[in-house]
Amino acid sequence: MAVTADHGDAGAGRRASAFLFRHPRAKLSLSLGGPLAWFLVIYIGSLAVLFVTAFWYLDVFTSEIVHGFTLTNFRTLWENDVYRAITLRTVGIAAAVTVTDVILSFPLAYFAARLATPRMRNALLIAVVLPLWANYLVRVFAWKIILTPSGFLNWLVEMTGAGSLQLGRSNWSVWIAFVYLWLPFTLLPIYGAFERIPSSFLEASGDLGARGWTTFRNVVFPLILPGVVAGSIFAFSLTLGDYITPELVGNTQFIGNVIFDNVGVAGNIPFAAAYAMVPVAIMAVYLLLAKRAGAFEAL
Amino acid sequence: MESRLARILIKGGTAFTLAFLYVPLGIVLLYAFSESVGQAWPIDGYTTKWFGIAWRSQDVREALSHSLTVASFATIMALLLGSAAAFAVHRFSFFGRNSVSFMLVLPIALPGIVTAIALNSTINVLGIPFGILTIVIGHATFCIVVVYNNVVARLRRTPTSLVEASMDLGADGWQTFRYVTFPAIRTAIVAGALLAFALSFDEIVVTNFTAGSTLTIPKFIYNNLRLPRNRPVVNVVAIAVLILMLIPVYIAQRLAGSGGETAEARTQAEP
Repeated sequence: MAVTADHGDAGAGRRASAFLFRHPRAKLSLSLGGPLAWFLVIYIGSLAVLFVTAFWYLDVFTSEIVHGFTLTNFRTLWENDVYRAITLRTVGIAAAVTVTDVILSFPLAYFAARLATPRMRNALLIAVVLPLWANYLVRVFAWKIILTPSGFLNWLVEMTGAGSLQLGRSNWSVWIAFVYLWLPFTLLPIYGAFERIPSSFLEASGDLGARGWTTFRNVVFPLILPGVVAGSIFAFSLTLGDYITPELVGNTQFIGNVIFDNVGVAGNIPFAAAYAMVPVAIMAVYLLLAKRAGAFEAL
Repeated sequence: MESRLARILIKGGTAFTLAFLYVPLGIVLLYAFSESVGQAWPIDGYTTKWFGIAWRSQDVREALSHSLTVASFATIMALLLGSAAAFAVHRFSFFGRNSVSFMLVLPIALPGIVTAIALNSTINVLGIPFGILTIVIGHATFCIVVVYNNVVARLRRTPTSLVEASMDLGADGWQTFRYVTFPAIRTAIVAGALLAFALSFDEIVVTNFTAGSTLTIPKFIYNNLRLPRNRPVVNVVAIAVLILMLIPVYIAQRLAGSGGETAEARTQAEP
């Protein structure tokens, strides 16, 4: 990789190869320099700018950004009831989505890991991953069409004679769409966790007289817990950082919507930056707890 | 070992989850052929006229050309920097190696909007005009991760004894790379590139913050979703993108061997 001299030019090429072989440090800086510079300058640099921006403020009269220092943005987030409600709503829905995804993942993950033939297992895994590659907007849009009052879901419910179900734009719709979007992210680590349990554990539990449910609760569940937590990181983080799904199928604001509006319409970038620190802080705590649960080995 | 009831529940749950994953996609597909502009179900009549209208739309063409340009440049950047990083992290142990590999996955571990607004603030502070260049910078940053993940996974599975054997037989560093290392990781690089391309083509969360008024395909869909009049065209573009995306993903899946790497790349790549 690091050696780029053409082989046709044997002398120079060989000399370059030999030089790099004797000087691994040079080889290292050649291969690491580019990506490292890119990340430090563009990504870490941007995060630093974001962090600093969170302490700037808008001039009351001119609405120009003042490069000063204030904690007002954070105080507003903490004390203002509207923002507190939005934060709680976002975290609440993120938690609900995560739990639902984990529950929905269990049967398919178990089936693929323990009951399916190898051929079928491969087909199932591909079937789980493929929808992820359908455009994100298309997948949200699909639910917008389905949940609309005259749409497919209501038609289905009315067909079964169970009355009508008109979710339209609501937190319920946001919940369903998020569950749909992130399901593959919880499914794969949970499948991996099921697959790693040796069959002999289950047989031993059965031999010792445990019934199915007891085995699941006392043997299987503790063993798949790291996989469950690993999957939950994605579902939770992705919900925290999303602003498009609530906008398309919801009727309330989420953290992402406030950030988006403050960058665009309101032009209060310092406030948006401060609010962006909230999901970062929540994820930091979450990742710390997940690490304790051994989730990183199950990723 | 599982009781009859448990088996029935597991199979029922599996069927439900599969239906949950695929019915919505099937429904979007049907609506692309719907004659009416409305969204009522069941669909009254079917037509292919929207495909022609979408194809002739100036906005769609512009968005498509922008998307292809952006995805190409982002993929090239990701290929160069992602595979270089994979080599460095895999081959060498150096001070701060763990921090580097952690930093490389940050763009996908942090909520998408954080990456988006961070880049947005920086672009603003530096005064770079929003456009193709800023979109490419944003996309490349998370596309690097996809290539990196694919290549590093393959390098870990390639025994180092092959490289040692090659050196023992008298090959120099370049020859060893050319005839041993590169053939072993070639398919992983191609798979990573295809996935990076697909990811860039699909991205909206970060693009919204780095594009200014430049149209890409996802931005076109995003802007027009709220205009009921344009919904049929959006349906058609959505379906076209859906089918186009399956080609690189399918090839990448085949190249990466088991579905593992591709699946992993995607689950780790959602920005």
